[in-house]
Amino acid sequence: MYKILEKRVLSSDIKWFNIYAPQVAKKAKAGQFVVLRIHEKGERIPLTIADYDREKGTILIVFQEIGKTTKLLGTLEEGDEILDFVGPLGIPFKLEENVENVVLIGGGVGIPAIYPKAKELYKEGKKRIISIVGARNKDLLIMREEMETSSHELLIATDDGSEGTKGFVTTVLQNLIDEGRDLDVVIAVGPTIMMKMVAKTTRPYNIPTLVSLNPIMVDGTGMCGSCRVTVGGQVKFACVDGPIFDGHEVDFDELMRRNKMYVDKERVSLELWEKEVQR
Amino acid sequence: MKKIPRQHMPEQDPKERIHNFEEVALGFTAELAQLEAERCLNCPRPFCVEGCPVNIKIPNFIQLIKAGKFKEAVMKIKEDNFLPAICGRVCPQESQCEAKCVVGIKGEPVAIGRLERFVADWEYEHGVEVPELPPPNGHRVAIVGSGPAGISCSVDLAKMGYEVTIFEALHEPGGVLTYGIPPFRLPRKVLKNELEFVQKLGVKIVTDAVVGYLYTIDDLFKEGYEAVFIAVGAGTPRFMGIEGENLIGVYSASEFLTRINLMHAHEFPEYDTPIQLGKRVIVVGGGNVAMDAARTALRIGAGEVVVVYRRSRKEMPARLEEIGHAEEEGVKFEFLVNPVRFIGDENGWLRGVELIKMELGEPDESGRRRPVPIEGSNFIMDIDNAIIAIGQASQPIVAQTTPGLELNKRGYVIADEETGQTTREGVFAGGDIVTGAATVISAMGAGRKAAKAIHEYITKKN
Ligand SMILES: Cc1cc2nc3c(=O)[nH]c(=O)nc-3n(C[C@H](O)[C@H](O)[C@H](O)COP(=O)(O)OP(=O)(O)OC[C@H]3O[C@@H](n4cnc5c(N)ncnc54)[C@H](O)[C@@H]3O)c2cc1C
Ligand SMILES: Cc1cc2nc3c(=O)[nH]c(=O)nc-3n(C[C@H](O)[C@H](O)[C@H](O)COP(=O)(O)OP(=O)(O)OC[C@H]3O[C@@H](n4cnc5c(N)ncnc54)[C@H](O)[C@@H]3O)c2cc1C
Ligand code: FES
Repeated sequence: MYKILEKRVLSSDIKWFNIYAPQVAKKAKAGQFVVLRIHEKGERIPLTIADYDREKGTILIVFQEIGKTTKLLGTLEEGDEILDFVGPLGIPFKLEENVENVVLIGGGVGIPAIYPKAKELYKEGKKRIISIVGARNKDLLIMREEMETSSHELLIATDDGSEGTKGFVTTVLQNLIDEGRDLDVVIAVGPTIMMKMVAKTTRPYNIPTLVSLNPIMVDGTGMCGSCRVTVGGQVKFACVDGPIFDGHEVDFDELMRRNKMYVDKERVSLELWEKEVQR
Repeated sequence: MKKIPRQHMPEQDPKERIHNFEEVALGFTAELAQLEAERCLNCPRPFCVEGCPVNIKIPNFIQLIKAGKFKEAVMKIKEDNFLPAICGRVCPQESQCEAKCVVGIKGEPVAIGRLERFVADWEYEHGVEVPELPPPNGHRVAIVGSGPAGISCSVDLAKMGYEVTIFEALHEPGGVLTYGIPPFRLPRKVLKNELEFVQKLGVKIVTDAVVGYLYTIDDLFKEGYEAVFIAVGAGTPRFMGIEGENLIGVYSASEFLTRINLMHAHEFPEYDTPIQLGKRVIVVGGGNVAMDAARTALRIGAGEVVVVYRRSRKEMPARLEEIGHAEEEGVKFEFLVNPVRFIGDENGWLRGVELIKMELGEPDESGRRRPVPIEGSNFIMDIDNAIIAIGQASQPIVAQTTPGLELNKRGYVIADEETGQTTREGVFAGGDIVTGAATVISAMGAGRKAAKAIHEYITKKN
């Protein structure tokens, strides 16, 4: 059992949990994820490791409540325990040595996913770290302080213009490109459509672009193939071959279709749960 | 003397059983078992023993059954096989012990597997004795993977006084026995009994522990384990590499069976894990895994299940009994055909498959005749699901994170056949991760050999 030591509510549907998992914390690296299962009848869902504290033995997860499992998770409080918490999974994030000017792009709950990367790169002393974070509106912008302290520059995009540039993260990215800034690599984590648009934006300029994919997973250890994605025309298992891939090679459309595979079932599951909660 | 025919084991009616996950074969009664035991000739040179991968003293245990000494019979088996309740159910006896049985030359062989199962079940009904353990010898051994290889290695070591910890990646122990082989072939109660027995011996099982990520093999040594046994199996599903394989509705058999057996997707929405199953399902492959997937699909509501296999019935590697069971339950078979592409709709859902007819050519390395496509014989079938059961590859995580651990060309860990010794000192390996996908009994045998070798290694070192 894995105890929730700290809980914060970042926005109406985004929650922040610090979970006691000392061995996972000992090994965790940026770019990796955990698979958790809340209770005996629960499903296994993957969540990115948003931070880790090796001394305190904690792993930070930040998640958006979108369906039954994440909503149920959101109802748990400090002191509650999660049945299974497996990790750290996936290949850690790694940049080539000579890369100095890095753009990190996070959309929605992709922001906590880019945070540990920003933190590590900042600590390594990279020349310039530009973070671009996006959200529908100002209230949904999360982990702003953390991002500020681990970037040289923090740029914001909101759909409604309530903060920063009005538009998408790609609007901001295109501006940087147009200004002729040095951009050695772009790392984007967020909704699939956002990652697709980022890759599309950088392709004409041949700016290396890394994305962290979010297919449906079961085991997270390479045993089932549920998470298969097409990268460069080849089938890869995102859990063990990724989750980070070359954004210019990913078949995003296929991923988006596959992620809708269970929508009918997910709706049933959610409605049933909501009825239960109301009772 | 009147000749006794091979005794039939009572089974659930196929019409009933396709609606449940209860065990199909119901087991011998004591009377049937003793009658069957009479058929054994107690040969002075028992070929059956040679046919058994772990050389169970078959005639000896059968004679004990004949004499009604069931307890003694099961203890005789357990001298060589720890998991008789499991092996009695899932071993391919027809190609092992029973294939060599002298009675089988002119008639049907003695039902060795059924007898093994009978006494194993008898023991559980009458209470399994936990053997007296020697005092702890102060040495610790880590085992990676809780399938049959890992379990059997742990039991032998625990009996010698070792402090044994098994690390398992999934949330439940048992390996393929848990997530692969369906309960209608191997009831979960049987597995639970075995796992409880293991824990009664003091073996610690740590679940949710992916070795390679959570601990490397080197970490385990640093934590004070003196030897490590790698038994991570061959769990990576293979795909065919044809067009449309990522369409929605195409599952690997591993995913399909895991969703059902481990995650209970057939009990959705009581359980949270879903599965998408339509009316017409094809299963690609001809082994045990294909049979399990096909029979599972029928049970969870597929209207029609067709197994497509690229060779002919004769070459099917699945156990005969299971092919028979599948047929009784209404699984259909299309032999000498192979999918060439999957066809989807605009939303990425599987709608059909294009198949090509095959004929058998010259024998290949495996000795089976090689299937050759017949040009121009393509045809299309409407389907809602395809389950790919064409085999598994090695589980790579441990190898990738263990410097000095060498693999063969096919990606399996190189280990000595007798001892399980790998190219790293103190590291042993056995089961499917060494041999490639094989059998429960051979994995179990490899676990025991490794236990012996680990004991020798640690004794010598200290
Ligand atoms: C490597 C990885 C890291 C992730 N990190 C985060 C994170 O840090 N924060 C966060 O909020 N979300 C993250 N996700 C997405 C998160 O796993 C899903 O939102 C969650 O599983 C939804 O479950 P649900 O029951 O609440 O919703 P559901 O109603 O079941 O599903 C909603 C949608 O989520 C996706 N989904 C459903 N089940 C799974 C599953 N088992 N695995 C993956 N996706 C699924 C599907 O696209 C589905 O349509 C990550 C996904 C991956 C693959
Ligand atoms: C569907 C199906 C049906 C079968 N039917 C039969 C049959 O009828 N008769 C028969 O004899 N054989 C059958 N087999 C084959 C048989 O099950 C295997 O040969 C046997 O289970 C191999 O045992 P093992 O201990 O080597 O590995 P496995 O049983 O595969 O166990 C390996 C375990 O290691 C765990 N693991 C993997 N990686 C790690 C890691 N990095 N860290 C920690 N743990 C890890 C896995 O989660 C798993 O639990 C079948 C196989 C399948 C898939
Ligand atoms: S989630 Fe099962 S293989 Fe990746």
